[in-house]
Amino acid sequence: MSEDFNDNKTIQAQSSEAISGGGSGIATDADYVRPAEVADQDLYHGHSFITKWIFCQDAKVIGVQYFLLATFTGIIGLILSWLMRLQLGFPGLAPFMTAEHYYQFVTMHGMIMVVYFLTALFLGGFGNYLIPLMVGARDMVFPYLNMVSFWSFFVAVAVLLASFFVPGGPTGSGWTLYPPQAILEGTPGAGWGIMLMCISLILFVAGFTMGGLNYLITVLQARTRGMTLMRMPLTVWGIFTATVLAMLAFPALLVGALMMSLDNVLGTSFFMPTILKAGEVLEYGGGSPILFQHLFWFFGHPEVYIVALPAFGIISDLISVHARKNIFGYRMMVWAIVGIGALSFFVWAHHMYVSGMNPWFGFFFATTTLIIAVPTAMKVYNWILTLWRGNIRLNVVMLWCLGFIVTFVNGGITGIFLGNVSVDVPLSDTYFVIAHFHMVMGIAPLMVIMGAVYHWFPLVAGRFLDEKLGKWHFWLTFLGAYSIYFPMHYLGFIGVPRRYFEMYDSPYVTSAVGMNEFISLAAFIVGAAQFILIYNIIKTLKTGKPAGHNPWQACSLEWLTPTVPPEHGNWGDRLPTVHRWAYDYSVPGAKEDFITQTTPPSEVAHTKVEKT
Amino acid sequence: MHVGIIFFLVILGSVLFHIFTPWYWTDVASNWGGMDDTITLTFWIGGGVFIAVCLFMVYCVFKFSYKKERKAEYKPEDKKLEKILTWATTLGVAALLAPGLIIWNQYVNVPKNAIEIDVMAWQWGWQYRLPGEDGKLGTTKVVNINDNNPFGINLDDPFGNDDVMIQSDVINLENNRPVKILLRSVDVLHNWYVPQFRAKMDAVPGIVTYYWFEPNKVGEFEVLCAEYCGVGHYAMRGGVEVQDKQEYDNWLQQQETFSDLIAKQKILENEKTKLAKK
Repeated sequence: MSEDFNDNKTIQAQSSEAISGGGSGIATDADYVRPAEVADQDLYHGHSFITKWIFCQDAKVIGVQYFLLATFTGIIGLILSWLMRLQLGFPGLAPFMTAEHYYQFVTMHGMIMVVYFLTALFLGGFGNYLIPLMVGARDMVFPYLNMVSFWSFFVAVAVLLASFFVPGGPTGSGWTLYPPQAILEGTPGAGWGIMLMCISLILFVAGFTMGGLNYLITVLQARTRGMTLMRMPLTVWGIFTATVLAMLAFPALLVGALMMSLDNVLGTSFFMPTILKAGEVLEYGGGSPILFQHLFWFFGHPEVYIVALPAFGIISDLISVHARKNIFGYRMMVWAIVGIGALSFFVWAHHMYVSGMNPWFGFFFATTTLIIAVPTAMKVYNWILTLWRGNIRLNVVMLWCLGFIVTFVNGGITGIFLGNVSVDVPLSDTYFVIAHFHMVMGIAPLMVIMGAVYHWFPLVAGRFLDEKLGKWHFWLTFLGAYSIYFPMHYLGFIGVPRRYFEMYDSPYVTSAVGMNEFISLAAFIVGAAQFILIYNIIKTLKTGKPAGHNPWQACSLEWLTPTVPPEHGNWGDRLPTVHRWAYDYSVPGAKEDFITQTTPPSEVAHTKVEKT
Repeated sequence: MHVGIIFFLVILGSVLFHIFTPWYWTDVASNWGGMDDTITLTFWIGGGVFIAVCLFMVYCVFKFSYKKERKAEYKPEDKKLEKILTWATTLGVAALLAPGLIIWNQYVNVPKNAIEIDVMAWQWGWQYRLPGEDGKLGTTKVVNINDNNPFGINLDDPFGNDDVMIQSDVINLENNRPVKILLRSVDVLHNWYVPQFRAKMDAVPGIVTYYWFEPNKVGEFEVLCAEYCGVGHYAMRGGVEVQDKQEYDNWLQQQETFSDLIAKQKILENEKTKLAKK
């Protein structure tokens, strides 16, 4: 029982255990925090190796499990991209590289990176680890369901990778899986491959829904006392909003995958019109291929923001901590995240301007798409305005943040090209599109992931990652990736179409042979540079510099656990009590350049805190 | 220090690359030069924002990197600044959207004098059909397609008889005469795309899609399939030859019509039956 509340009898009567104060200052009315409304959460503590580390119900362990499995899958995606670049830069060099294999690698690379790597890593990985810690909960609200969520993901990945070993190999229909092509002969993996892909996606969505419910309800119901919604770190806002999007968007993918499986296995015709194949009319008729595209992109576009919003949130926190300055325009940042999330459901058909849908849709979707640029631009301004007059630590975390700003602004602006319907016409289905989305939702979120790894590794492992190796990792990745994707836009201007196994001697590309070789070499280097991180982690896990408590002098709750790394239950005997937002850096009058969220106002009475 | 310099060089390098790039668009060969102009406009506005944001960031890195004795400014919000930035951005976005929509409006409204061309796609090839003297294409059905009727023309449709059939992946077009490309596919998605014309649209099995352009340069161009259509996608090429009216008319004269084909087949069949009788 904290001293802070002794003078308030109602609180004592209402809540007998879960009250704690952040410090030992003198209690005043200013320190009053509403009492807890529910009893503390009971947790299942694992006893054996299996219940502690494998079928574990601790969100932090589940977060790390998600992280490791997503990274493992991501490395497979990376290797596939190497093989693709090998073919594009040096055609004919690898004897095993047939067109079939090339298209299979393209497909698996795309699907792995978007769904099984980025989505799983941001929401499953960072979401699980950070949400309970950042909102001051002991764990996710449904720990058992959370465990099942991870193992569903595990099975989904296993099914996905199993498709490499079935007759015909994995599907080679492009990550968009467009029918009729996806389930017809003429596309690699049209039988087994596409079936396993659909099953894997269905499992992923099911598992993800279990995790997603956890993230939402934990944020809505399990925040600690004083943690109002508008005091949450932007990381939580980003992951929370992204999860809402995922809950609404993934069902469209699930339905699409299910209907296509029925077309494939039972011979229904949801997406299949009358088709003539090798001189014979197939037993399909009346279906609409464009219907699938609508379903796919109704998922697919929000999916971009399912990846981007957590990245926005995390980067805001990283910049703020390492610039020693509050995030500029916090409320604007929150509303921008929510606004972008809402708008993202009204822009999907900008992927379909030249799909053959009614062309009049173009006017609507171009307008909504460009409107979304406004809140996005506001976020960018607020990031750089956070740097303005900050006290910027140029450590590895900050480097990734700066790299993110450059790549994200670059990719965001090429998005305005593609969103603006008639500009999209010459550029769609060319390398410009590939360059754009890799820059904006490949490299930019990767910068965030890396920044986040260097930032939170001391919390997870209790030790710092090696700064020197980190700098090598950053510069190789940033400069390398930028020199892959920046020039690639210009291939798109020439008119080089995407998904071409080989260009022959088309007049458009003979001039670009040198560029393709250069891009491939850069891709090999960037890919290899990622192993520096793996080496760094292995090396510092045992021998790194010990981090201790709150090594970055951050304000937010995750750094304020009694033990580092936090143990199961996070908070020891008492849940923390929150008195302010997560960004009180460099407050005038304060002794240090940060005031933690748990510091009661009475302790810092002489400071000029504007927002609490 | 070196961090700011490297980031500055990245920005500078991007601008220089854009100015001096040997890789840029092909000369436009259709009426869609306006698309290029909108791209150029987007480059100016978007590129300006990119440079401004990144240089501001580089400036901050130089000016505000960590010093122990300094404290960062404490200023959670600045309503006025946020308002100015919001409106300026909205204005910039509107300036980009307006020309984009104007050109799209032209793109979806086909001029009345455009010649219709039926572009039929399959895995993996193209063939073309032009209207005959009646100026109209006959209607088609996928199930009608066979060796004797390669386009699947409905035999009871009188407009179909004089249709000009070009069973080749190369088609000739008349210079300065708008064409409406009617796309259809008998199997999967395809996309008939000539980079110099800028325009494109998917061919979707089950429906007929369209777009239009007016070629304005005489010459030969390569057709590429721009929508992934299976393992032969990259090899699905075709050609366009844009000619002046005189040459085009000569070429058109030599092409076979559907009734020619039917007549030829009847002769063949008659000969076959004769042979059989003997």
